[in-house]
Amino acid sequence: MAHIPDGVLSVPVLAGGAVLAVAGIGYGLRRIGEEEIPKVAILACGFFAVSLVAIPVGPSSVHLLLSGLMGLMIGPAVFPAVFVGLVLQALLFGFGGLTTLGVNTVNIALPGLLCGLLLSPLLRGASPARAGAVGALAGAACVALTGGLVAAALALSASEFVPSARIVLLTYVPLAVGEAFVTGFAVAFLARVRPEAIAGFAPKVAVPAPVPPAVAVAGERP
Amino acid sequence: MPAALGAAPVRVSFGIAALDPRTRLLGAFAGVLAVALLSSLWVLAAAALGTFALALAAGPGTAALMRRLVHLEGFMLVLLALLPFTVPGTPLFGAPPFVASAEGFARAVQILLKVNACGFLVFALLGGLEPVRIGAAALALKAPERLVQLFLLVVRYGGVLRAEAARLQEAMRARAFAPRASLTWSLHTWRTYGHMLGMVLVRALERAERVSEAMRCRGFSGRLPASAERPALGAADLAFALLLAAAILAAFAAEHLA
Repeated sequence: MAHIPDGVLSVPVLAGGAVLAVAGIGYGLRRIGEEEIPKVAILACGFFAVSLVAIPVGPSSVHLLLSGLMGLMIGPAVFPAVFVGLVLQALLFGFGGLTTLGVNTVNIALPGLLCGLLLSPLLRGASPARAGAVGALAGAACVALTGGLVAAALALSASEFVPSARIVLLTYVPLAVGEAFVTGFAVAFLARVRPEAIAGFAPKVAVPAPVPPAVAVAGERP
Repeated sequence: MPAALGAAPVRVSFGIAALDPRTRLLGAFAGVLAVALLSSLWVLAAAALGTFALALAAGPGTAALMRRLVHLEGFMLVLLALLPFTVPGTPLFGAPPFVASAEGFARAVQILLKVNACGFLVFALLGGLEPVRIGAAALALKAPERLVQLFLLVVRYGGVLRAEAARLQEAMRARAFAPRASLTWSLHTWRTYGHMLGMVLVRALERAERVSEAMRCRGFSGRLPASAERPALGAADLAFALLLAAAILAAFAAEHLA
């Protein structure tokens, strides 16, 4: 849905995307503790697996982005997780491209990161219904932001892309609807079944990782 | 099952398979970047043909290549279909306000050639490379270790979680769930998928705990032992780098002469 291939965007847009993506990935990697790597990786696999399911919305069907829920559950790790997912899709299936890895990562991960930072405090101690509403808001907002970023990447690359960028933005409307409902129900479910899963990522990161000094790598402070 | 991280890669004496994964990774980036900078239609057509030949000769198979070819995202179709009408220039056909211009067609063809040339090149150089070796090559190229660990774990558990989601969907079907899009059924459909998503994530968390414990149990302390491929670059890598550089230089020269 948001996989811009190689050969479409202008070089300044590609470079800008790459710089932002490197910053986001660096920030994310510094914020995840070494003991959290399996959690982030396997949760990311879960998100990628469910995003392959076609969800009916009105006459069409959509594939969920799930970046809003990722932001709520893994917070800053959303940048590295999305980047890894996009690398695999580009290599294994030919979705997206290599030069556009940066732009595509920013388009999907930045809204997720913002949702995580702004909305996850609202989930602490929330009832399932309220958690569901926050989840729905995160889902819809992230999809809308991603649509806006994709359209902006196209429009900034060439002025003749502007009409297409407007249409691209419209195609994100059904996705935002489906994403809001499915994410909302998923967050309400998690609030009932596993409240600690959506209790926020900040306190966990604050715990220092138990790395024995003998094997700690220089510059790898959690 | 992916090959063990430390296992020596099978060396084939000729072709793309003889190249070090690092060479293939860097070569793909350099080639794709070069194509992104080209603009002449003739040079791009030559690039697309050349990379197509390379993909046929060196990629992991014609059937896989054909599957790649038919894949075009929806917004790319919109973009290509609209370009002839949104670029002003010499009118070709149509009546105002919908006039297709020759310049617009040229732009659409240019983008189509670029996208395909890049796709062929990535397919030829990286399509047959196991993700585990890509991770090792990235580590050898000084990618952050945690990012590579994340990549390798996603490679390992991607299929496991896809199977988990498939099992849940099968259970839903066994209980007579069918996705429906009508007004009365949409909410039920979305709620069911929401619960499935939540359940996949709960199981992912539980699996992550087990995996994490198993990794610690085997002495994982934040580093993967021997995860970078160490062999020195060979003559084939040098030859490939020179050929690629020559092709890129020739393309830029042709573009300036044209």
